[in-house]
Amino acid sequence: MTNAEQQLTLLTNIEGVENFQDKLKSSKQHPLQASQVEIFQINVGKRCNLSCKHCHVEAGPNRVEMMTEATFNKCLEILKKTPEIHTIDITGGSPEMNPYLEGFITEASALGKRLIVRSNLIILMDLKYKKFIDIYVNNKVELVGSLPDYHRDRTDKQRGKDAFDQSIRVLQLLNSKGYGKQDSGLILDLVHNPVGAYCPGDQNALEYEYRNRLKKEYDIEFNTLFCLTNMPVGRYLKYLIDSDNYHDYLNELVSFYNPKAVENVMCKTTVSVSWDGKLYDCDFNQMLDLGMNDPDSVTLDDFDIEKLNNRNIVIHNHCYGCTAGSGSSCQGALD
Amino acid sequence: MSDNYYEKKDLADFPNIGEYAPLQGEKFFEYYGVSTGAGKLTEREKALIALTTAVTHNCPYCIDAYTNKCLSLGLSNDEMMEAVHVGASMVAGITLAHSTQMRKIIKKKEM
Ligand code: SF4
Ligand code: SF4
Repeated sequence: MTNAEQQLTLLTNIEGVENFQDKLKSSKQHPLQASQVEIFQINVGKRCNLSCKHCHVEAGPNRVEMMTEATFNKCLEILKKTPEIHTIDITGGSPEMNPYLEGFITEASALGKRLIVRSNLIILMDLKYKKFIDIYVNNKVELVGSLPDYHRDRTDKQRGKDAFDQSIRVLQLLNSKGYGKQDSGLILDLVHNPVGAYCPGDQNALEYEYRNRLKKEYDIEFNTLFCLTNMPVGRYLKYLIDSDNYHDYLNELVSFYNPKAVENVMCKTTVSVSWDGKLYDCDFNQMLDLGMNDPDSVTLDDFDIEKLNNRNIVIHNHCYGCTAGSGSSCQGALD
Repeated sequence: MSDNYYEKKDLADFPNIGEYAPLQGEKFFEYYGVSTGAGKLTEREKALIALTTAVTHNCPYCIDAYTNKCLSLGLSNDEMMEAVHVGASMVAGITLAHSTQMRKIIKKKEM
């Protein structure tokens, strides 16, 4: 059994948890349908300088899966001829560790679309990757940086020793370049995710705390805080099981199920591309190896925007993570 | 019926406490929602008050619910424990303050 199959087995028939599909049916939202694809999310590889305990990608320094230059070029071709896609969203692993990222950013930024890179920040301390700060500035890349918690001990528990202090230094450096500063045109958003088996609280309340504490204690500014619910996928799924929190956590997600959040799940407007050029409904489905519903939409070569706009989304019980409370996904809580 | 008076899964039954008295239940939840939601005090401040009340009243359900809520709202372990000490010292103070009655009675009764 592959790792993805094992995870799907764990996610199937969870004691006391109604199947996500039945839940959607009961709120008359099944099948879950895409609307207009506007966001092209690219997972450029699984290599990462960190091995965070909650990582759904199970990324780390020893992973070898990396997008090739040829695959990046295929992405560019599609992006050039698809004006409906207004946002390019780059994720990983640590995207900076892909040797073709710099070239891709330079070409992609010329397309005039919104260009986002999700960075763990800490990689930008590394002499080999520090150059990306200027690459980001020059290409007006929007940065979404992870800072799981404003408490040092909690961030370090999730990301490793000194993770908090290093993140703070990088944020100060980014601020000095104009990132996160009003009217600079350089957007720096932060991501909070719980360091443990609980759901994130109200996004506005947490953003208020982040803003005050980071300003007061470290003179750091940022634009927006996104609160992400940890998805029961990858390393986080293993953590839930090992710590005997799995059933409680899943039940908590179910108890927070909100049909309104279903309307706004990010897969409705996103297509997710893996390092090897395959198409998925989202990055979580990618890690679970849940390909697209349409057997003819497998790789970038099959990319057909009309078909993708009208597709049914492949769901499973991990989707409860996107529909809990006000809803949360790669975009943060959805109002 | 199980053999335990308190069961973790019963926390999920809280929304059903209006059973047999739906009007009162509805009024209670309305009141509960308004009282614990953000007002002049923030949701964080109210979550700490609720946690302290839960601990001093030994309610396992509320301790579970409000520990989770405090974690969700980014309260640190130290902050939560400090709040518990406010509750503990209040309970101690209230207990000792009631010894006034005892001492008054002693003084009246003793020869
Ligand atoms: S969560 Fe992000 S930074 Fe952490 S290991 Fe995974 S990809 Fe790397
Ligand atoms: S996990 Fe993926 S497919 Fe499921 S609701 Fe979330 S974004 Fe959509």
